[in-house]
Amino acid sequence: MAVTGLILIAFLLMHMFGNLKMFIGADSFNHYAEWLKGQTADGGILYPILPAGWFIWIFRVVLLAAVVLHIYSAVTLWSRALAANPTTYEAKRKLAQTYSARTMRWGGIILAGVLIFHLLQFTVHATLIAGAFEDNPYKMVLGEFSIWWMVLVYAIWMVAVCMHIRHGFWSAFATLGANTSAKARAILNGCAWAVALILYIGFMIMPVSVLFGWIGA
Amino acid sequence: MNVTLRVWRQANAHSEGRMVTYQVQDVSPDMSFLEMLDLLNEDLTVKGEEPVAFDHDCREGICGMCGVVINGTAHGRGSSPVPTTTCQLHMRSFEDGAVIDVEPWRAGPFPVIKDLVVDRSAFDRIIQAGGYVSVSTGSAPDAHANAVGKQKADRAFDAATCIGCGACVAACPNSSAMLFTAAKITHLAMLPQGQPERHLRVKKMLSQHDAEGFGGCTNIGECAEVCPKQIPFDTISQLNRDLIASLFKRDGK
Repeated sequence: MAVTGLILIAFLLMHMFGNLKMFIGADSFNHYAEWLKGQTADGGILYPILPAGWFIWIFRVVLLAAVVLHIYSAVTLWSRALAANPTTYEAKRKLAQTYSARTMRWGGIILAGVLIFHLLQFTVHATLIAGAFEDNPYKMVLGEFSIWWMVLVYAIWMVAVCMHIRHGFWSAFATLGANTSAKARAILNGCAWAVALILYIGFMIMPVSVLFGWIGA
Repeated sequence: MNVTLRVWRQANAHSEGRMVTYQVQDVSPDMSFLEMLDLLNEDLTVKGEEPVAFDHDCREGICGMCGVVINGTAHGRGSSPVPTTTCQLHMRSFEDGAVIDVEPWRAGPFPVIKDLVVDRSAFDRIIQAGGYVSVSTGSAPDAHANAVGKQKADRAFDAATCIGCGACVAACPNSSAMLFTAAKITHLAMLPQGQPERHLRVKKMLSQHDAEGFGGCTNIGECAEVCPKQIPFDTISQLNRDLIASLFKRDGK
């Protein structure tokens, strides 16, 4: 749970940073996309250590394994909790838990569902709403985020993702043994807030800029 | 003061339970919660009804026997200004005329025996699995024969104050007993006497914890909030560190 979660958070930070290339321009963004897939003249990322085009598939397999193992751990924990909770309280009052901590499981299901839509849209290109983009990722992103409700869907989705990370980041470090004192707990929670906010702002600033015409106008 | 109680009544482990409403008159604000239940039971006995069964022993907050969920929080922590056991919770924490819900700990590994009494022997079996030092220590050693640093001594003592009441399990959304297990792990891990069996202990106790049917920890923090002895939440990270370290030890393999 902790290790796979941290791998996915590291990926999200990289993904967010790459998205910001939309602000630099079409050439920069498209080159980055092709470089990741090994389609550039120089052979792309990690060439010649790996043959051109291999990196992206290894990367996808690692991410998929992380997601699968993360879900497997979550299902195991959830089923153990259900088995350990055969009866419920007539009255239940929460003292310490945060909204993020309470919604890790259902929130996780929601964000995994939207993740499938996101992959069908931008990776498989099966659910592109704005239509043809002539193999130009920059135009594809511009097209999709010119739709107001698309930006809204992503804004809500990213709230779910960042809430998941708000509890997940601190919880992962606690599981790995880093919660050494009350002060360490406060610091880890502070870092979790920082990562969640950086990811939210970093991910949403680009679609919002596209919607308002600040990019590509 | 007068209060209305809604108490969980269950004849035995196999019967269905339900909440029953009782009026308790002339409660002194200085009574403990258990004394108020005594008052109710005297009243029920006079009426010829079955008194409410609840666990209790020392009534001074150190034995860990008493423990019920009051208005949705273990030991009534949500009604008390300070961490408390049920016996140390006083009726002045409630308003006159209050409606108070009283339920037993609810967790699969803590089956209800009767009314508010649950079977917590799962905790005994976790301790039996490794919560001890098996080397003979002989008679009391000379002071400072075995020096323990101040920080570690304090930490061991903080963890050793666990009274095994089970409030952590009652409060945990996962019904995990991780705070209880971590308290014993931390207590013995800080002391020289605990070192020889340290890495075997964490594996054995955790295996028993899981075998009893307790859930896993997801670092939510409800346990430490209701703990009457304020066992620090970070003891769970100590358990995790020892567990990770045990992967690199031969013990138990």
